[in-house]
Amino acid sequence: MDQHNSHHQPELRVYLKVWLWLFVLSVLSYLVDISGIEGLPKWGLITLFMLLKAGLIVAFFMHMAWERLSLIYTVLVPPAVLLFLAVLMAMEANYTLVSRLANLAG
Amino acid sequence: MASNEPNVSSPRQGAPGFIHDWSAERRVFNVPWGKAMMWLFILSDVFIFACFLVGYMVLRMSTVEPWPDASEVFALTIAGQSIPLLLIAIMTFILISSSGTMALAVKYGYANDRRKTAVLLLITALLGASFVGMQAFEWAILIGEGVRPWENPWGAAQFGAVFFLITGFHGTHVTIGVIFIVIMAVKVMRGSLDGQRPGFLTGRKGNYGMVESLGLYWHFVDLVWVFIFAFFYLW
Repeated sequence: MDQHNSHHQPELRVYLKVWLWLFVLSVLSYLVDISGIEGLPKWGLITLFMLLKAGLIVAFFMHMAWERLSLIYTVLVPPAVLLFLAVLMAMEANYTLVSRLANLAG
Repeated sequence: MASNEPNVSSPRQGAPGFIHDWSAERRVFNVPWGKAMMWLFILSDVFIFACFLVGYMVLRMSTVEPWPDASEVFALTIAGQSIPLLLIAIMTFILISSSGTMALAVKYGYANDRRKTAVLLLITALLGASFVGMQAFEWAILIGEGVRPWENPWGAAQFGAVFFLITGFHGTHVTIGVIFIVIMAVKVMRGSLDGQRPGFLTGRKGNYGMVESLGLYWHFVDLVWVFIFAFFYLW
């Protein structure tokens, strides 16, 4: 197949804008860390900025925004099971912690 | 199938296009095979890094000892002032910059601009190499302070194991990426991609789709760093 056929070429300013936003989001997440915000707001903001950065990189730098759905689903749907893994492991880790506190503390 | 089926060169978009791609009894992914394979490799690597990060979560959640505070552990003292996470912030900006230059290299590659592509690839490799250098510097500092995979001076012993495993595995990815980017820059400079010259190992004919596949790998390395930065350093 012709290499150029499937490829949409975004304009230069699209890349520069994404680049700028990645810098801004990195600065913001760094500021969250040094500002002393604690607890849920801190985790929420860090996670939000992280997901925005990841989305920008995948969509524009990796050209996912211009791919067909068959490729997008193949790449983005399987990692969803990782959320399930994380939930299961969080429950398991919590159980380990409770057991340690109950039986090994002191 | 209906007789007014759109022809293959203008496939439908959206959900009908998705169904068409999978049911048409022909190649599903309408991209060069090198790109499809790179995406599948990235998908497998996503699972490896995700398992590391989930393992890190389990260790951190289940330990009864306090987890070392990353802001203090990774602080740099400059002119008598301790600045938290300074080195990590610089490394983050370097990797983002290298992702930007890589994206532009892909763009100019498709525009058949050999000189710009090669220069941008070399800048990307240089930024990647400096990232690895800073990583080594950081490791040296922590090892000097007594961090080991089995102990550290500040708290939960698992901290060292997780730190060396995750940053080490990521640093290895960056190093491999730098090597391949340098090789690709040489290929671009000598015109191997324009001339469709076969590679010495695989015999594949050169084309600028190769720069894009390599770019996918490099952006993925940057992507992993986004998650490590958030979960390991900021959390």
